[in-house]
Amino acid sequence: MTTFTPTTSAEVLEAVRWAAGEGEPVEIVGHGSKRGIGRPLQTEHAVDCSGLSGVTLYEPEELVLSARAGTPVAEIEKLLSERHQEFAFEPMDYGPLLGGEAGRGTIGGLLSANLAGPRRLKAGAARDHILGIHAVSGRGEAFKSGGRVVKNVTGYDLSKVMAGAWGTLAVLTDVTFKVLPRSETETTLALRGLTEEQAVAAMAAAMGSSAEVSAAAHLPETVTGKVLDGALSSRASTLLRVEGFGPSVTYRTEMLKHLFSMLEIDAIDETPSRTLWRQVRDVTPFADGTARPVWRVSMAPSDGHRMVMALRMQVAVDAFYDWQGGLVWLRMEGECEAATLRALVKRHGGGHATLVRASFSERVAVPVFEPQPAALAALAARLKTEFDPKAILNPGRMAAAHAVAGADRHATGG
Amino acid sequence: MTGLAMPKPDAATLARRAEIVADMKIIVPGEGVVDAVNGMRAFESDGLTAYRQLPLVVVLPETTAQVARILKYCNDRNIRVVPRGSGTSLSGGALPLEDAVLLVMSRFNRILDIDYANRSVTAQPGVTNLGITHAVEQEGFYYAPDPSSQIACSIGGNVAENSGGVHCLKYGLTANNVLGIEMVLMDGQVLRLGGKHLDSEGYDLLGVMTGSEGLLGVVTEVTVRILKRPEAARALLIGFPSSEEAGQCVADIIGACIIPGGMEMMDGPAIRAAEDFVHAGYPLDVEALLIVELDGPGPEIDHLIGQVEAIAARNGSTACRISTSEEERLIFWAGRKAAFPAVGRISPDYYCMDGTIPRKELPRVLAGMREMSQRYGLGVANVFHAGDGNLHPLILYDANRPGELEKAEAFGSDILRLCVEVGGVLTGEHGVGVEKRDLMGTMFTEDDLDHQMRVKCAFDPNHLLNPGKVFPQLRRCAEMGRMHVHKGQMPFPDIPRF
Repeated sequence: MTTFTPTTSAEVLEAVRWAAGEGEPVEIVGHGSKRGIGRPLQTEHAVDCSGLSGVTLYEPEELVLSARAGTPVAEIEKLLSERHQEFAFEPMDYGPLLGGEAGRGTIGGLLSANLAGPRRLKAGAARDHILGIHAVSGRGEAFKSGGRVVKNVTGYDLSKVMAGAWGTLAVLTDVTFKVLPRSETETTLALRGLTEEQAVAAMAAAMGSSAEVSAAAHLPETVTGKVLDGALSSRASTLLRVEGFGPSVTYRTEMLKHLFSMLEIDAIDETPSRTLWRQVRDVTPFADGTARPVWRVSMAPSDGHRMVMALRMQVAVDAFYDWQGGLVWLRMEGECEAATLRALVKRHGGGHATLVRASFSERVAVPVFEPQPAALAALAARLKTEFDPKAILNPGRMAAAHAVAGADRHATGG
Repeated sequence: MTGLAMPKPDAATLARRAEIVADMKIIVPGEGVVDAVNGMRAFESDGLTAYRQLPLVVVLPETTAQVARILKYCNDRNIRVVPRGSGTSLSGGALPLEDAVLLVMSRFNRILDIDYANRSVTAQPGVTNLGITHAVEQEGFYYAPDPSSQIACSIGGNVAENSGGVHCLKYGLTANNVLGIEMVLMDGQVLRLGGKHLDSEGYDLLGVMTGSEGLLGVVTEVTVRILKRPEAARALLIGFPSSEEAGQCVADIIGACIIPGGMEMMDGPAIRAAEDFVHAGYPLDVEALLIVELDGPGPEIDHLIGQVEAIAARNGSTACRISTSEEERLIFWAGRKAAFPAVGRISPDYYCMDGTIPRKELPRVLAGMREMSQRYGLGVANVFHAGDGNLHPLILYDANRPGELEKAEAFGSDILRLCVEVGGVLTGEHGVGVEKRDLMGTMFTEDDLDHQMRVKCAFDPNHLLNPGKVFPQLRRCAEMGRMHVHKGQMPFPDIPRF
């Protein structure tokens, strides 16, 4: 077992070249805060990028920040907040949900997992804010893509290909992100006691209004007591967040109160509102210290709750909704029930389900990432082969078929 | 063409033209195949009219199944294909090839689904950008990316080019507003990427398809996010004695945590040309003009407009008007939106460039352009998406004067090299196409380009889809596949090991 601990991109290149030369698979790891996500790896060697650290460029007026891939996200967020800026995509922290500490994770890991948060609906995910990357592919070649400017269509956008690739195509060495001003203030309205169907309709109405709602979540009765130390009691809460300049937030909050004047509404002020959305973002209600399976399901906003209603008829499950109902967090009481869940997702309009928390044996037995239709899976496998022909980078983490070197896979037709 | 090398036409394909045309007429019956020279003339160039070429044959399919059959037919027979939307590309992305089928998607012109609850529209790729907004505006919605060709450009073409517009600092580019596509690979396989849900279950292939300039697949359906129209919008028209002050004003607005809906700059020559043309009331005694548009709820605009005015004053603005009506706001914009035709009135021809730079480098780049302008003896006017650093220098020339087009192109290349030198890029929104293809080496190393081409190899290993665009040289995928193997010693043996 060898763990490489590069501190420069040249050392990353050396390590990957060695692995490519030997045909030795390596695990690519930053802080390891999301190590529990994906099909378990069986590599003898690792490339630990946490020593590849440091912000290399931050120009607040240009809305741009570059950092080495192993830089802690927490360090970057602190730096941004000193200038009243942030990552607008509100990257979540998987730590507590997966049984680890909060506040860990590197910027390279953030991009590799394509993190997002409640503001995904309005501001996008990491993929929407990445401007440029430097990386080393499984071929042992360093390459770059993109740049440091927002508007750029020069060549293919390989930065986006790295977003959500979980380190299976290349090892990131440097990343450049767009950053944005942090909102001056925020208020959250909690519509109380709605059924899931009513909540989804209310969230759609709010998102379709000119109130510029920046997040819309629904916490059913079983979940609502698990945020803000129980302050929301046990009645279902449909949460609508309004962010921006003070006078604008006041005006838009009133607009929403008027829109939902027939409902019981509680207003949540800035400080508890910020805490609340961090808890929604980080799936605090299910960060229970257990290993019970947790799914992250992305569907059309109006479809998610229908899938959940059908699922409840078959298995014991707890659920809550973000992204206007389109992001469903599920905690299973027993087995992960992958086949049942995925069949229902398909039947209710489609989307994808990722098994983000599960035991080792379940992660071996069940595809953690949603299996793709044959033609698409074949295209993804070809892309993997182009970037990592010997299948040395996190082999099999996203799809078992990718654990086999490209030439062998073609030879066997698999 | 001025020194542009395109892939050598395949003699075997040219020899089989009659057979290919006949087969296309079987796949697309009726009016869907144009093979007469007069009919094909309309398709010989796109928005970059300096380059012209008649295609082998023009085919206008109507269904995804037809697209799939055409592509498979061509793939099986090694025939090249150039896809085309509305043909408004400014970089020659849809320039035909002599031996290639020109696949025109304009008959895919229907809106398939409007879903207000999920704030999405699904449209066929030939629907215009503005057509999507028109389909939903009665409910107060719109599609945010607004390239200036939006009345004509197609949504499929927007996906191919990752089109921007004047509002993308706040609302993003096409890539940030597309939720899903249906597409056909060169081998005829039909894929769906994304949908009404967010993000991908696997690799972000939608992300790489967006902006791939028609080299990876043919888009046959697009699902986009629609937004509620902001409650109000007001614009400020601010004049400065120099671009330095205007540039600092832009930086200070953003520094004050204000992200305007649009922020546009024009230089002296562009201001004067626009004012002569549309009489928008632009001040003529300034060297830089900023249009700052704030959109959102009324009270938010009221809250911010005074702040922007004060920031402008601190930076030495010599003129500042604030729109008091929708009519006045549109007049402010009229000059900017007519800047290209306005420049067209003062010069027989103009060549529009599209680099992006870090905003703070604007004075240096403008100074460089003034120097080049003298050196080449050609005028230049500048319009600038100031919020995001996207420059559109318009080089003035006369194509009827021998050598001027070549001079204009050399001038343009020098500008783009300067953009790259200061940390910017060759193209912000117009695409590489054929126009900037041979400059790719100024921004990318061979390894950089090889990794881009490896994406191409995964999608279209035979290089049959839109060849000759984007990449300065085509290398066979099999040749590129060879790995440099560095067998031997463990690297940096002195590092800590576990």
